[in-house]
Amino acid sequence: MTELQILQAYWWLLIAVLGAALVFMLFVQGGQSMLVCSWTEQQRQLMVNSLGRKWELTFTTLVVFGGAFFASFPLYYSISFGGAYWLWMLILFSFVIQAVSYEFRRKRGNLYGTSTYDAFLLINGVVGCVLLGVAVAMMFFGGYFDVARTDILNPGSPVISRWADTHGLELIGHWQYLLLGVAVFFLARTQACLYFINNINSGDPTFTARLRRKTLLNGIIFAVLFVAFAVVLLTADGMRADARGVIRVEPYLYLHNLLHMWWLGIIFVIGVVMVLGGIAVGAFTASRGGIWLSGIGTVLVVVVLLAIAGYDNTAYLPSLTNPQSSLTLANSSSSLFTLKTMSWVSILVPFVIGYIWYVWRKMNAGGLTNQDIEGHSY
Amino acid sequence: MNDLFSLVDWSRAQFALTAMYHWLFVPLTIGLSLIVAIMETIYVRTGDQRWKNITRFWMTLFGINFAIGVATGIILEFEFGTNWSNYSWFVGDIFGAPLAIEGILAFFMEATFVAVMFFGWNKVSRGFHLASTWLVALGVSLSALWILIANAWMQNPVGMQFDPEQMRNVMDDFTAVAFNAVSMHKFFHAVSSGWTLAGVFVMGISAWLMWRKRNVDMARQSFKIGAWAGLIGLIVTLYTGDGSAVQVARVQPMKLAAMEGLYRGNVGQEIVAFGILNPDKKPGDSLPAYDLKVGIPYGLSILANHKMHSFVPGIDDLIDGVTLTPEGDTINTVSYAERIERGRQAREALGRFHAANAAGDTAAMQAARADITEDYKYFGYGFLDKPVDAVPPVAITFYAFHIMVLLGGFLFLYCLLGIYVSKWKRGWFEKPWLQWLGMLSLPLVWICSQAGWVVCEVGRQPWTIQDILPTRGAISDISTGSVQLTFWLFAALFTLLLVAEISIMCRYISRASKTDIENNNNI
Repeated sequence: MTELQILQAYWWLLIAVLGAALVFMLFVQGGQSMLVCSWTEQQRQLMVNSLGRKWELTFTTLVVFGGAFFASFPLYYSISFGGAYWLWMLILFSFVIQAVSYEFRRKRGNLYGTSTYDAFLLINGVVGCVLLGVAVAMMFFGGYFDVARTDILNPGSPVISRWADTHGLELIGHWQYLLLGVAVFFLARTQACLYFINNINSGDPTFTARLRRKTLLNGIIFAVLFVAFAVVLLTADGMRADARGVIRVEPYLYLHNLLHMWWLGIIFVIGVVMVLGGIAVGAFTASRGGIWLSGIGTVLVVVVLLAIAGYDNTAYLPSLTNPQSSLTLANSSSSLFTLKTMSWVSILVPFVIGYIWYVWRKMNAGGLTNQDIEGHSY
Repeated sequence: MNDLFSLVDWSRAQFALTAMYHWLFVPLTIGLSLIVAIMETIYVRTGDQRWKNITRFWMTLFGINFAIGVATGIILEFEFGTNWSNYSWFVGDIFGAPLAIEGILAFFMEATFVAVMFFGWNKVSRGFHLASTWLVALGVSLSALWILIANAWMQNPVGMQFDPEQMRNVMDDFTAVAFNAVSMHKFFHAVSSGWTLAGVFVMGISAWLMWRKRNVDMARQSFKIGAWAGLIGLIVTLYTGDGSAVQVARVQPMKLAAMEGLYRGNVGQEIVAFGILNPDKKPGDSLPAYDLKVGIPYGLSILANHKMHSFVPGIDDLIDGVTLTPEGDTINTVSYAERIERGRQAREALGRFHAANAAGDTAAMQAARADITEDYKYFGYGFLDKPVDAVPPVAITFYAFHIMVLLGGFLFLYCLLGIYVSKWKRGWFEKPWLQWLGMLSLPLVWICSQAGWVVCEVGRQPWTIQDILPTRGAISDISTGSVQLTFWLFAALFTLLLVAEISIMCRYISRASKTDIENNNNI
């Protein structure tokens, strides 16, 4: 491998880790989608404030995921965001309304009432999860776009990529993409239950028991959807570039990738077992630690999924219009200089993870009690 | 792409709308985070509970503002992809890096420690909490640093070269991109203006408290801190503003000419202290540029070059090509007609390069590459139809610049007065004129701040990247109707959220003011 290829692989790994962290942190959105259930007001307050201490981390992970993609694979940023315009705009709108909702929802003078901001949280909880899942599914099942870099030479029509006129809406309406979106949604809800069990110290055993029942219910739905997605993915066609950069359709490509890169297959199985184990711990035992088992499992599974989407010359954004327009790590990355420069910056990532972990532990010590939400609260 | 210009206009309008809304909240976040950190430091050093309560009062206002700043900020990053997809590819190799660094270094720091700031009072030690508050302030400034580096690069594209094989620009000098004079002046100018805005905000709220005769002691103490933050901010803003003007004269002389409404420049050029532009004036005609003006002799030469007798070119000079040699300055003397021609030649050479590449003709590729290199600095002009297309909207740039300068001068005197009163004339705190001055200064500082960005961004038009890529070459292939729809959605949503934010702040201030803030542990 050349130095450029190594750095492309390194940055794809970082993207995969960030994407995986984002999927894990979507428990905030999953929790938001559960606030409408028939909780007591005290229970709802505990749930909102439990999520309210973490929403910014999810939000920031999404922003950094976007920024890292921009820096390392700018052609993806250009084509995906500019092409699937409505898909991304709907995601962004849902995050805009989320960002104010925690701070504003119970403040006097908020004009639109607590229920409006709670509706915002619900919308973000559902739309954010489902559509981010659709966006990730696009990396496997592709989009309707064409790329012609020479179009920049045409001053009357200089845009280098063109997408189907529906600009992403066609993906939202397609069952393959929605399947992953809905699976992500139920995963987020499952992990939200596990997070509440871990973080909230209400002293009310019926509340915890209900969360455990919901863990099981959402976990089963997620497991069924995920198995269905895995079957669809591993039997699907993919696109791969050959040594000359010519991109061809390959049946069972993702299955081949998983078998060819067998160590990823092992990690994938470990991840799935951990997620299921986390659900079982949350549903059937008195332990509060199910979120960690399930969370680490989620990160492992998502990293593997994104790895098989991009490694081994796989097109991680297949074009259903013109396969030669598909994006691979090789044809869409930043230059060697930029990747190298950014790699120096990435040395700081473990430090960032370290202080996040330290603060998380400090702030979650003892769990969230009713007393904690008497001061500054949402 | 029949509606190219309409699409460009709506895409610009959307970016301007979202950026201006975002900039309503960001400077207050920058400045208030610092002021809150200073107040908490006083609390930790003195152990005086009253300072803790004062800190929490201002911290609550910070939190309300912070949330909406975050909400409006996410759109901006992704708009580079959604609405400016050509841009994202053409310069993403350079522009993406600061955005990613901002996320890694700044956003996580803010997101992690802001939770400690608000919810950690009883969870962590006093020292750890104070450190968290300072880290939020640092994170906010680090965020500003990297986004302003990115913005400065658009004004002054350095540290890169064009790669004809990939048809995009690639970075070749990160230090030049990140730490050039333009970016550093821009960073300190913007951040220090945030200190000023927050200082005047604190003074304004304190003035209202004094007017209502509520929590007067706290208001006086806060007013003093606000005045110092405002004045120090203004001193740095003035210094870096001067430095920015010198840089603009070097890298964006057309912007400087538009800021002054200057069509024909002179040696020893005066600066317009106050003026009304002739609305009928167009580049190249013989009409007077102003209906009314009050000038300061030699002012613009001193501002632009720090030399009394230096030459400053006007809009027509730049379009025609400057023939005078300015003292100590490097100003490109190539006429805009020639730039357009050379831009087209660069584009044509790029086409030849690709044809040769496809045919495997190495010699032709080398020849074409040499031609591209020769004319690439005018590449963006090749997208323009005529020289006046490279002139930014003069009236908006001119008035925004003069509003910024006049209000900046007023705010300087106001902060100076605030310190004078805090130190030597405390009896004036009871004077209604001082209280009203404080309250009326609140909208003025926001107008000043917004005007500064209007100068910076409108004055850069028609370029997304100075001389390299105009807005019309940077867009996405989406329908005008789609952008119109998202424009109005953003306009409605952000307006509703802004109104709610102001309402929440007013209600909170009013309610808190009816209690004894300094001794209210539940503030």
